[in-house]
Amino acid sequence: MIEFHQVFKRYDGGHEALKGVSFALPRGEMAFLTGHSGAGKSTLLKLIALMERPTRGQIKLDDIDISNAKDRQIPYHRRKIGMIFQDHRLLFDRTVFDNVALPLIIAGVADRDIPKRVRAALDKVGLLNKEKQLPIQLSGGEQQRVGIARAVVNKPPLLLADEPTGNLDPELSQDIMNLFAQFNQVGVSVLIASHDLGLIARMKHPVITLKEGRTIRNELAEVDFA
Amino acid sequence: MSASKTNNKKSSATSYKVRFKDRFHSALKLHRENAIQSLLDILRQPTNSLMTILVLAIALALPAAFYLFMTNAQAVSQSWDGGVKMALYLEDSATESQAQELFTQLNQRTEFEEIVFVGKDDGLEMFRQYSGLGDSLDYLEENPLPYSITLKPTASFSDSEQLEQLAQELSLLPLVAQAKLDSSWIKKYNSILDISEQIATFISIMLALGVLLIVGNTIRLAILNRREEIQVIKLVGATDAFIRRPFLYAGFWYGLIAALLAALMVNIIFVLLQQSAHQLAQLYSSEFSLLGLAPSFTLGLLAIGALLGLSGAWFSVRKHLKDINPE
Repeated sequence: MIEFHQVFKRYDGGHEALKGVSFALPRGEMAFLTGHSGAGKSTLLKLIALMERPTRGQIKLDDIDISNAKDRQIPYHRRKIGMIFQDHRLLFDRTVFDNVALPLIIAGVADRDIPKRVRAALDKVGLLNKEKQLPIQLSGGEQQRVGIARAVVNKPPLLLADEPTGNLDPELSQDIMNLFAQFNQVGVSVLIASHDLGLIARMKHPVITLKEGRTIRNELAEVDFA
Repeated sequence: MSASKTNNKKSSATSYKVRFKDRFHSALKLHRENAIQSLLDILRQPTNSLMTILVLAIALALPAAFYLFMTNAQAVSQSWDGGVKMALYLEDSATESQAQELFTQLNQRTEFEEIVFVGKDDGLEMFRQYSGLGDSLDYLEENPLPYSITLKPTASFSDSEQLEQLAQELSLLPLVAQAKLDSSWIKKYNSILDISEQIATFISIMLALGVLLIVGNTIRLAILNRREEIQVIKLVGATDAFIRRPFLYAGFWYGLIAALLAALMVNIIFVLLQQSAHQLAQLYSSEFSLLGLAPSFTLGLLAIGALLGLSGAWFSVRKHLKDINPE
C-alpha cells in the first residue's frame, strides 16, 4: 500500500527530518510508527498525504509513484487517504453530520446517498445519536471519533493517524485503537504515528521506530525496488 | 504500469464509487448552493458588507453618471446644430438698392428657412439695445454699420461642416464683406465636451480598477477568515475549483448588488435633475428634455459590475488560495 525507498526530507531551514527511510506497508496491514518527538513521524505521514514533498527518494502509494505528483493531482490523491489528527481538525461552525459529510460533498457523492453514508460512518464510531450537535459540545474522545468518522466515510483504502490518542486518557485511547483495528479487519490499511509505547505493545502490530530521521527498527519488510 | 492499474481497481473496489452522472448533478447543485450561500453570507452581515457595497456602488455610479451627463450634453449640442444662424455683412460701399437686390436673390434660394434684411438704421437700433451704449451712440456723426442680412439655414444643414461650406460660398458673393457663422461657440462647446469625455473615460477606468481592488481585498479578508476551514477541506481532498467557487460567487454578488445600487442612485439623481433641466430648457425655449439611463445601459452597468466583482475575486483567489496549505 505504501512504499518508501531511501526517502530524504530536508526542510527549507536546513533541518533534515528524514535521512534515507525505507519500508513497505502491505495492503490491508496495520502498523505503528513510533519514536521521540522530532524523530520524523509527522514528516513521514505528511509525505504520504503530499502535504510535504520528499527532497530525495521514492514514495509509492497504491503502486503509484507520488514523489513527483502534480499539484492538481493532490486532491484526488488525498481522497484515497483518511487522515486523523491529534487536534481533530474539525470545522467548529458545522454540525457533526456536516463535518462527516464533507468528504462526500467534495467527492461529488449524490445527495440521496449522503445521509446513509454519514450515518453508517457515525454508527461505526458510536456517535449516531450526536449527529446534530456541534463539535464544541462533545468531549475530546468524541471529537476524535468524529474525526475518524470523517476519515472513513468515503471508504478510503488507507488510514493515516498522527498521534490520535495524544490528548486522551488510557481507556479512551484503547477504545480509539480498537476502532482502528476494526477498520483494519475489514481490509483498510492503517498507519498510526504514536509515542504511547505501552498501548502499541498491547496492539500486536508491526512497528517502525524512527530516531533522528532514520529507521532504527523495522518490523515491516524493506522495499525491494528492483 | 499494467500491474499498478489492476491494483488500483482492487483498491477502489472497497471505496465508494461516484458515478459521472452523480458527479455532474452534484456539481450543478454545488454551484447553486454556493451561489445562494455566498449571497446569504453577504446579506447576513449587513454591517460588514454594506460598507463595501456602498463604496463599490459609488465607484460604479460615478462613471454611470458621467455617461448620462455626456449623452445629455451631446444631445444638447445636436439640438443646437439645427438652429445656427448666419450673418452676411455687406461692403461699406454697398448702396441700399444693391443690398436689397442681394436680399431678393438670396430669398429665392431654398437653403434658407428664414431670411431678414437688416438696414443700417435697424442695425444701429439693435446695437443700441444689446450693447447698452444707449445715448452715447447719438454722438456718432454717421451710422458706421453696413447693411446686413441674417440667414437661418434649413434643418438639412445639420453638421457644422456643411454650414461652414455654405458660409464660405456666401462670403464669395459680390458686395459681401463677411459671412459670419455664429457657431464658433458651439465648436468650443463641443471641444470642451470632447475633453470632458476623455477625462470621464480616464476617471471611469480608474474607478473600475478601484472596484477590482476593493472586491479583491474584501475577498482576501474572507479567505483569511476561513483559513482553517480551507486547510481542512484541502486535507479531505477538495480541488482548487471547489474551494474557489464560493469566493468567486461572493465577488460576483458584490459587483452585481453594487451595480444595482449604482443604477438606482443614478436614476434618483436623474429624477431630481429632470425638473430643473426642464425649467432651464424652457428658459431657452428649447424642446430639450433630459435623457435617462437607457435599459440597455442599465443592463450593461449590471454586467460590468458583476464582471468586475468576479474578476477582482478571481485575482484575489488566485493569489491567496495557493498560500494556504494544510500543516
